[in-house]
Amino acid sequence: MSRPGFVLEVDDRTPPLVVHEGLGFRLESFPLGTRVVYPPESIPTVPDVEEAIREALLHPHDSEPLPALLRPGMRLTIAFDDLSLPLPTMRAPDIRGRIIEQVLTLAAEAGVDDVHLIAANALHRRMTAAELKHIVGERVFRSFYPQGQLYNFDAEDRDDLAHLGTTDKGEDVEISKRAAESDLLVYVNVNLVAMDGGHKSVGIGLASYRSLRHHHNAKTMVESRSFMDHKHSAMHHSAWRMGRLVKEHVKVFQIETTLNNDVFPRPFDFLQKREWEWSVKDQATMLGVRRGMSVAPLRMRHRMFHDLRSVYGLTGVNAGEVEAVHERTLQKVHQQHLVEVQGQSDVLVMGVPYLGPYNVNSSMNPILATCMGLGYYFNSYRGRPVVRKGGAVILYHPLNEGFNQLHHPSYVDFYEEVLAESTDPAVVGEKYEQQFAQDPWYIHLYRTSHAYHGVHPFYMWYWAAHAMDHVDEVIWVGADRRVAARLGFRAASTLADALEMASGTVGSSPSITYLHNPPHLLADVR
Amino acid sequence: MMLALEMFRSVSRTMAGKAIGGRMPGVLSGFAAPLRLVTIDEPRVERPGWARLRTRLSGICGSDLGALSGRTSLYFSAVVSLPFVPGHEVVAELLDDCEDLPAGTRVVIDPVLACAARGVEPCEACASGATNRCARITVGQLSPGLQTGFCHDTGGGWGQQLAAHRSQLHPVPDGFSDEQAILIEPVACAVHTALRAGVRGGDRVLVSGAGSVGLFATLALRELTEAGEIIVVAKHPHQRELARELGATEVVAPGEVLRRVRRSTGAFQLEPEFSTPYLLGGVDVAVDAVGSRQSLETALQATRAGGRVVLSGMPAGADLSAAWFRELEVVGTYASARSDDAFGRATELVATDAVQQLAKSVASYPLHRWREALDHAHSAGRLGTVKVAFSPGSAS
Repeated sequence: MSRPGFVLEVDDRTPPLVVHEGLGFRLESFPLGTRVVYPPESIPTVPDVEEAIREALLHPHDSEPLPALLRPGMRLTIAFDDLSLPLPTMRAPDIRGRIIEQVLTLAAEAGVDDVHLIAANALHRRMTAAELKHIVGERVFRSFYPQGQLYNFDAEDRDDLAHLGTTDKGEDVEISKRAAESDLLVYVNVNLVAMDGGHKSVGIGLASYRSLRHHHNAKTMVESRSFMDHKHSAMHHSAWRMGRLVKEHVKVFQIETTLNNDVFPRPFDFLQKREWEWSVKDQATMLGVRRGMSVAPLRMRHRMFHDLRSVYGLTGVNAGEVEAVHERTLQKVHQQHLVEVQGQSDVLVMGVPYLGPYNVNSSMNPILATCMGLGYYFNSYRGRPVVRKGGAVILYHPLNEGFNQLHHPSYVDFYEEVLAESTDPAVVGEKYEQQFAQDPWYIHLYRTSHAYHGVHPFYMWYWAAHAMDHVDEVIWVGADRRVAARLGFRAASTLADALEMASGTVGSSPSITYLHNPPHLLADVR
Repeated sequence: MMLALEMFRSVSRTMAGKAIGGRMPGVLSGFAAPLRLVTIDEPRVERPGWARLRTRLSGICGSDLGALSGRTSLYFSAVVSLPFVPGHEVVAELLDDCEDLPAGTRVVIDPVLACAARGVEPCEACASGATNRCARITVGQLSPGLQTGFCHDTGGGWGQQLAAHRSQLHPVPDGFSDEQAILIEPVACAVHTALRAGVRGGDRVLVSGAGSVGLFATLALRELTEAGEIIVVAKHPHQRELARELGATEVVAPGEVLRRVRRSTGAFQLEPEFSTPYLLGGVDVAVDAVGSRQSLETALQATRAGGRVVLSGMPAGADLSAAWFRELEVVGTYASARSDDAFGRATELVATDAVQQLAKSVASYPLHRWREALDHAHSAGRLGTVKVAFSPGSAS
């Protein structure tokens, strides 16, 4: 029986607590009275994964069973989430590959020949062959990749985009032509957190910039409270409108999966335990890891962390009509992540780990770190933000990993040129977004190399727009001061210093809440 | 007799300066400088149209430093006459009447020693007003010398007196300080640079370098052409500020140039093996305002195919592959031409508020502190100075 998440109040007996900070972590002693939000322990998994998938495909929600939708001569497209999910990467076999195998088996039995598999990477970077193979599995990869029937979506290939129309709010819906013109579009997702899935899968994963610009902007993000709660997220409202329009053109059979919280494999599993429950072995491992990391060069630490593969358990798989499926998916996600938190605090503390959706096998550059802290983690709430309006956010990350020129070329220009002028998401978006989105060099790198689209750093900055609008102070503990200043924030050496710096905003004895994340949690703020 | 700094022939000092002057500019104001403070006869004035002048202020130019350090190409050895008194950026007052100009008139000089000054029939270039292209700069009534300040007979601004021909003289307007006036000649060169750049309406221009040459080129490009974006490469913080004040749209650090130009022009960037990256695409016009190999290659690598690269600094050797492969127009720009009315336009530009403010930072030294002055000039960018000058008349 797994234990639910809970809120610890730091007292004299509370040991130092783990706080993630990039390629490492520290043990931090929090002031007495600090609330620490722990995620629920991993919930039970399905007893038989293959059977659960089969059951979902044969007994979908608000849809005919998948075999009934398959017929000879049809065009079948299977789209799937890219490497940004889950985090960390799942140890093989990836759940998407297992589902795709079963879908392909049913298709073969039905005599379907025209099958394409498309990674729904939207404006993310193209995955390498090895990364694609990891997701779909070797057998599927060998059968489809050499024939060119397994590939990354190219949002800049004008010949393979279909404009399906506009929503009642005037939003363009432009997605993969192959997907739009298929007789059946099967989407295989990994619903790691509450913001994933639903109409966001096809409506965003297979969409072009022309569509994405309608909801990936500062205004929409500020009005998404939060984007982990799709019913109160302007971004999701837009995606839902688009998804319903997609439904009018193509039959979508959505398959969503949910995972438990087994984020850290051995020997790092102590990181998902509660500190006072560490065994002697856990403590010895922790000390060994910390000592090792303190002397290891950055590159070695990077490799150590990025080579981690998580042994997630599957907690659910649902298939059928998009919204019916997503309702059930969210129930499981909430069961795994929700923690009830009573009231807001003056200060919110979060540790930004080594990994986010956009630096898998890459570097957590300062913009991605900001997105991770002020975007994803800050928005990990339902109801109200964990920190009060006008409060302070304290983040841990050294901001020293630099930029990966292969994956994030436009980020360098965004950092050097755009942020030097303004850090206001609305201002930079207004002036520079179009330039970056239409830059032929970035488009070339996105299409032929492994670069994120030119506009992508803007989206990362927009993710943080709600937090920037909500709080008065953002302080990075242990960060490079020059980098923090470029981002428009301040840096402190220690938590005590950060609290001292924030005292002008929140007073000298503020209420503090620390989100003990990862593993993932969703604060249900009452 | 008068005091003057004299550049003299010294193979050993020139070689020493060439060998280590680039890395240790301090040696150029020490043992390695082929320069000495001497007492010599004043220049004689025996021909009509000539007059004696008393130097009030004379600037130290990058070409002077290049000559002292041996970095200047031996190409120029045929158009100078050693020993000579350097100094071609000069504010002076007339000691004699000179045609229509009475003694006491404050003037700046156009240093080019063209046909008129040499007392020969105008060559084709001079006849057309392109005095800076004069074909007679080694003949006539003067020793060889491309300019005042490189000619044995005329003296130069780094002495208490010099001689100049009426064709070289431009009266300084009332109200101009000497520090302001000393900027007229370099701004006139910048005017010529801007005109040679052939900028069309809306063109993107890169100015590589933000010393006085680059800053004045930026000013002239902004004021005299219809350039669109002007990107200036600046090393030091004060240069960045000045570049913006003088008309730059963007100011970038040397290491950021290609990335920034690529971004603003939508060019493609290539990374050749064992070499520096370059752009396919880029600015329409690039001005090399430094003259170093790195600066010139930056200009070549950041210019679009068919674009124009303007050599404003005295150029060093560089990889010209881009000029061939991208069919670039590489044009030189030397001094200023009379037909441009460069001095008239420069005088107007120097009257602007931005340049007036700039003139306040001119640092002047008496002749006997020439080592400090040269040290200062070598480090002018770092020290926040746009122009270092000698004031031969002052004692301290």
